Amino acid sequence: MAFDIFLLEVIISGLMTGVMYALVALGFVLIFKASGIFNFAQGVMALFAALALYDFLAEDGWFFAVFGFTLPVWLAIPATGLIMVVLAWVIERTVLRFMVKQNEIILFMATIGLAFVLEGLGDILFGSDVKPLDIGIPQGASDWLLDNFNLYIEQLEIFAAGTAAVLVVVLAIFFQRTRIGRALRAVADDHQAALSVGVSLDKIWVIVWSVSGIVALVAGIMWGSKSGVQFSLSLIALKALPVLILGGFTSVPGAIVGGLIIGVGEKLAEVYIGPMVGGAIENWFAYMLALAFLLFRPQGLFGERIIERV
Amino acid sequence: MSAVAETNSESLLVVNNIEVIYDHVILVLKGVSLEVMEGGVVALLGANGAGKSTTLKAISNLLGAERGDVTKGTITFKGEDVHSLTPNELVRRGVIQVMEGRHCFEHLTVEENLLTGAYTRKDGRKGISDDLELVYQYFPRLKERRTSQAGYTSGGEQQMLAVGRALMARPTVILLDEPSMGLAPQLVEEIFEIVKRLNEAEGVTFLLAEQNTTMALRYANYGYILENGRVVMDGEASALAENEDVKEFYLGVSGEGRRSFRNVKAYRRRKRWLS
Ligand SMILES: Nc1ncnc2c1ncn2[C@@H]1O[C@H](COP(=O)(O)OP(=O)(O)O)[C@@H](O)[C@H]1O
Ligand SMILES: [Mg+2]
Repeated sequence: MAFDIFLLEVIISGLMTGVMYALVALGFVLIFKASGIFNFAQGVMALFAALALYDFLAEDGWFFAVFGFTLPVWLAIPATGLIMVVLAWVIERTVLRFMVKQNEIILFMATIGLAFVLEGLGDILFGSDVKPLDIGIPQGASDWLLDNFNLYIEQLEIFAAGTAAVLVVVLAIFFQRTRIGRALRAVADDHQAALSVGVSLDKIWVIVWSVSGIVALVAGIMWGSKSGVQFSLSLIALKALPVLILGGFTSVPGAIVGGLIIGVGEKLAEVYIGPMVGGAIENWFAYMLALAFLLFRPQGLFGERIIERV
Repeated sequence: MSAVAETNSESLLVVNNIEVIYDHVILVLKGVSLEVMEGGVVALLGANGAGKSTTLKAISNLLGAERGDVTKGTITFKGEDVHSLTPNELVRRGVIQVMEGRHCFEHLTVEENLLTGAYTRKDGRKGISDDLELVYQYFPRLKERRTSQAGYTSGGEQQMLAVGRALMARPTVILLDEPSMGLAPQLVEEIFEIVKRLNEAEGVTFLLAEQNTTMALRYANYGYILENGRVVMDGEASALAENEDVKEFYLGVSGEGRRSFRNVKAYRRRKRWLS
């Protein structure tokens, strides 16, 4: 029985890591679906958001230096959300507006540039040391699960999964039930037609990047709480790539399922195959899996069905 | 033979001698002028590549997204210069285009497609749901298919959807680009009948680009013939339908609306003569 519990713990811990991957991948999907832009800066946006949030909360930040007090968590999070919205607006004004008519590779290069700018900006403004982010999520294992089921699961991970679930539901309602959400889906389907019914694309880009910035904030909070706010956070963007290949670049459920599969897959591989090959499978398992998918199912698990009938 | 656009008190839309250039170098419209009266149905005719779509896009300002530019001339709507307005602003003011090839939102349902047409409206749920019912009255087939994804509906249904979606914006004028394209004759007739009813009962003005000259002239009051980015002829629809050149070149002797290479040459020769 002990073995089964261990397996279960590995799977659950993998699921939790998967949730984090899924959150970053989700930000990618939103922007890609609406504008066909592969946003290389998505991971850095999560980092930037976490840095800004830390700044509001800590006594060694700019905010404290300027105003002489720190913000409570419940105020710091929306304030950071606002910063992400402003960032989206600035990106639209300074980059996207001049580039949307260019082809995709140019836009992709622009987002690489953006990633460097944001990373540099984060470094200059906030410094590059690891910062502990504490927004009051209880630390340690859940006693209740330990006592009743003999399972060791971090409370933070449960919290992250719950938050991600809420986020996905809120996004689904936003996309399915609101006028702006409908317009976003329309733009994703056909830019020109959206333009022809009077949807203003400039505004849509700001909204998409804002939503994606807020998703990045949530991802940044979770990763930051788990392992401190550090620049390696921007590297999770690389893990999101295999997630996207698995899930399909345009599918929200795909990002989530893909994230979970990779999270669980790499943990299982690490535990069960790792010892045979000397470990560190976790680092490359995702890419192998993605490669296999590229060979056999390039559209991903949930790649958008192409409607052929005209 | 170009129509000099004298600003008539009744004219809703006036395009005056516009020139359009794509990608800064490709000159496509070389001085097009036309005029659309309030409540009219005006046909813009001409072969493939003549510049019909470009003219409509210049008016709706969808050109911007295709790197096209109006470099000369003016476009006025209700007496105001509208040539630098965004499509969003134009839709708000009552000018909307139904693009060639319908361009429905494939993954949205039929009803969601219709609702996107109301995107710019600010008059609340009631007005929008009333208009949805109105569109369903004109296009009962759309009502039957309201929950289907638009990508899975037929060509005829998509054309109806595209027109219905434009109606949801409560437009003054609809710029309708090649509604007959790829549709069976019976369906084409059905669509044109609805255009006529919308024009008569709802007072919507139409500027329609068509290659199907026979059909377009049957339903329009006035027509312009475009060739190579220029208006080469214009007149009352009935007069155009009787015109020998139009008959020969655009209507075809047998009335099937297709031309042969010989006709083209004869027409060119005659035109060189005349001018
Ligand atoms: N986006 C574009 N870029 C460059 N040339 C274009 C573009 N769109 C249309 N054209 C050219 O402009 C001319 C007129 O096209 P169009 O207005 O679509 O004609 P029509 O609608 O009458 O068939 C054609 O020669 C076409 O090749
Ligand atoms: Mg055309």
